[in-house]
Amino acid sequence: MKDQSDMTTLYLAQSGQKFLIQKVKIKGDLKRRLLDLGFVPGSVVEVLKASPLGDPVSYRVAGTVIALRKEESQLLFGEVIQR
Amino acid sequence: MKEYTIALAGNPNTGKSTLFNALTGLKQHTGNWAGKTVTLASGYYRYKNIPLKIVDLPGTYSLFSNSEDEEVARDYIVFEKPDVTLLVLDATSLERSLNLALQVLEMTDQVLICLNLMDEAKKKGLKINAKQLSKNLGVPVIPISARNREGLDVLSDTLLKMCSGTIKTKPYKMKYREEIEAKIIKLEKELSEILGPDYPARWLAIRFLDGDSKLIAALKNKLASNGEGGGVHGSTTALGRSGGGHSC
Repeated sequence: MKDQSDMTTLYLAQSGQKFLIQKVKIKGDLKRRLLDLGFVPGSVVEVLKASPLGDPVSYRVAGTVIALRKEESQLLFGEVIQR
Repeated sequence: MKEYTIALAGNPNTGKSTLFNALTGLKQHTGNWAGKTVTLASGYYRYKNIPLKIVDLPGTYSLFSNSEDEEVARDYIVFEKPDVTLLVLDATSLERSLNLALQVLEMTDQVLICLNLMDEAKKKGLKINAKQLSKNLGVPVIPISARNREGLDVLSDTLLKMCSGTIKTKPYKMKYREEIEAKIIKLEKELSEILGPDYPARWLAIRFLDGDSKLIAALKNKLASNGEGGGVHGSTTALGRSGGGHSC
């Protein structure tokens, strides 16, 4: 696995890109919630569309569309694997 | 006559309420959005002249009680102890559904899985090996389409066999790291000595180790109310299952 400094965040991934999650840098209930929704290390998330004001952004994860605010997506680390 | 209780659990929007209506003939509100069922709805139907009570739990992605609906669903499965927990999984997105499935298998042995939306899965060209899934998870897996009323007889048949104890399950239990397992086993033993066989000691031990303070509060509450009116609780247990119980 890469060093954290080489990773980017889900927030920085662009529409249409696929993003491999490697680290969920959140604590407590919110982390539990994100894991339950499918944002687990090793899972691939597809960036779908941003809302008109740019935030939140919708993602396809484990077969369902989930929207995250930037407060959350900035804490999900990993890498873009394909355009 | 014996009446069996079946709880419907599953992710949001997997057709639990549609199945509920198909079985009971009631017209509970169904809708294509998540979070529709927030309270418990119950209804009855008869299969082979045996009365079955169906309880429709709120749809959740997890049962770690992040929210009220998860708490309602979890408390029902653990404390009310339905004869069977019928897990409704979305056949078109199993990856998502299996997270909850593993959690429920940890909570109770009496689990029956039905793969709903099989018609949708077929449309998408998905093939699911229900037999293999059943082998891996250690509980019956029945493919159905609640909307088209397909597979409901097989489902009711299997439900009845599980209620009466004809079918015994061997649910897959998650194994944790050695160090955690050692702690679970120790705590599980103490808990089952204190609580008796009516509670899923292994699952409680895991939740305790995770520091789930809300659950500890709920358990205290439950034990206190049992002390006052224990009769009701005792009779449901007696009516419940013949053997097996929660030995993990």
